[in-house]
Amino acid sequence: MNHSVDWVQLIIVIVIFAAVTVMGFMAARWRRTGELDSLDEWGLGGRGFGTFITWFLLGGDLYTAYTFVAVPAAMYATGAISGFFAVPYTIVVYPIIFVFMARLWSVAHRNGYVTPADFVGGRYGSKGLSLAVAVTGILATMPYIALQLVGMQAVFETMGLGGDNLLAKDLPLLIAFAVLAAYTYSSGLRAPAMIAFVKDGLIYLVIAVAILYLPGQLGGWGGIFDAAQTKMETTSQATGKPTGVFIPGESGYSAYWTLALGSAMALFMYPHSVTAVLSTKNRNIVRRNAAMLPAYSLLLGLLALLGFMAIKANVDVKGLDGLANPQLAIPRLFDQEFPSWFAGIAFAAIAVGALVPAAIMSIAAANLFTRNIYRDFLKKDATPAQEAKVSKLASLLVKFGALVFVLGMDKTISLNLQLLGGIWILQTFPAIVGGLFTRWFHRWALLAGWAVAMVFGTIEAYNVINPATKKHFGGSLANIPFTDTQVYIALTAFGINLVIVVVLTLIFRALKVPEGKDSTHLSDYTADAGDPGVKDLPDLLDEGGAAPAKA
Amino acid sequence: MSKLAAVRPAYWIAGVLLAVSVVVPLLVSTYARDEPRLWGFPFFYWYQLAWVFISVITVGISYQLIIREERRRRAAQGLGNPDAPAEGNER
Repeated sequence: MNHSVDWVQLIIVIVIFAAVTVMGFMAARWRRTGELDSLDEWGLGGRGFGTFITWFLLGGDLYTAYTFVAVPAAMYATGAISGFFAVPYTIVVYPIIFVFMARLWSVAHRNGYVTPADFVGGRYGSKGLSLAVAVTGILATMPYIALQLVGMQAVFETMGLGGDNLLAKDLPLLIAFAVLAAYTYSSGLRAPAMIAFVKDGLIYLVIAVAILYLPGQLGGWGGIFDAAQTKMETTSQATGKPTGVFIPGESGYSAYWTLALGSAMALFMYPHSVTAVLSTKNRNIVRRNAAMLPAYSLLLGLLALLGFMAIKANVDVKGLDGLANPQLAIPRLFDQEFPSWFAGIAFAAIAVGALVPAAIMSIAAANLFTRNIYRDFLKKDATPAQEAKVSKLASLLVKFGALVFVLGMDKTISLNLQLLGGIWILQTFPAIVGGLFTRWFHRWALLAGWAVAMVFGTIEAYNVINPATKKHFGGSLANIPFTDTQVYIALTAFGINLVIVVVLTLIFRALKVPEGKDSTHLSDYTADAGDPGVKDLPDLLDEGGAAPAKA
Repeated sequence: MSKLAAVRPAYWIAGVLLAVSVVVPLLVSTYARDEPRLWGFPFFYWYQLAWVFISVITVGISYQLIIREERRRRAAQGLGNPDAPAEGNER
């Protein structure tokens, strides 16, 4: 096997990376409204993005290494149920956010909320519930960042970096980590927003070429699907069952739609998605985007099918450690089918495409830590400069957490990392989305439902053992207790969560347990930019601090 | 009842469109088959990709309906249009 470094690819990747980094530093000055050492400025980009930039920012957030490494890898390895569900997922997510995200924008902007935990804390008058939401957000973001690291690692490995001894084996991962850490620390949210343009441009280019050029090379779509069908129906040696699913049979329906729905409901609970939405200029930009973002879903669907192309092209997915690693399917496909220089551009696209969202995610998780843990519990009188400093450190810690997930977990199917994050983050849905529409849920009921669902979801996921590697956390599907219906664990846990919330709310209300002070007002939920009391960054700065002043 | 009647038809239509765009793509049994193929794509695959376009249309219509309703509501309350900030809105 050839593991020497491909210099053409490497040089192209380095040049593009360098160009992007320069842009990042320039971006630090772009449309600047304040100093970068305040939290709003570093962490929210100053809140003032319009439809066009938001489109790229959200796209940069949502379509990540998940899209161009993990999903195709899952398609390559086990077919439709574990991979193609991402298409209905990214279709149904937009109508869902259309319904509630505008309300979150309004209430956040009138009350100076920057994170989902801020909102929950203000709505229910409960620091405990706010802490639960913050901790969940940070925890769930880590495996999602881990997925980005795995994606970058696959690219570096395909270019021939690393070796098979113990130290060099992890070299691609360490490079990925170092690049990400250095990049986020210095630039904040502005740079990723800026770079998202380049990233999307590169990716559109690569996709267009891949979709138009590769099927011809590989003998047409019909042949590609036939090759995939043959592979999926072949019995796997490890499990004694068919390798995967080409078109779901009846027993696979529930897994397929619950994965799609669960992922869709979870997506906008992630702190980074909330950050992106809150940094828009007015209430309806997110809705306008909901109508435009599905263009990315089409991209995602076509990218997913690259996994089938890799089957047809018979790519070699053996990693540096000698084990098969489906994550290598797409990079190796490009390496094998494209000339070196174009493979280099494609790799740069994937790497930048993993870097940007990983940066956004770690910044958002760091914001959560700073505002809802550091300021609420550790140092109540922190200055804006202190907060920005803590945030930067926290974002570094979050990345170390991600690294732990990469090293500690079974990453033969990296999509699992994101699905695991989804199991956790979805448990904050009742508090956040419920709270946007009604104050009926009791805060302690929400806390109890959350706690039980978190424990249940984690145990269920731990008990899923990968039949090939025998490792825990080997998948995200399990039977609903006492049935044979296989579903995404996140939704089962969510169901349990809701039942507990409703039952306990009834009990607590009957017992007249204090329900906490709601610091939001009904009119907050429909307020828009320009209305009395709706703040944007300059106002907050005038008050002598970034948002925090509100408490 | 008066509360229900107060909900304008625009909201109803938008709500139905959005609900359809969430529910129908999740009805796996309606599309889990191979035939008819389109350009070599099995039905299962091209049907779901086609939903991307349908969803753009349904969410787009919902957006138009809601935004018009919201502008009317805001005008009635004497609030400005945030998409075209008038001078009066600035502090």
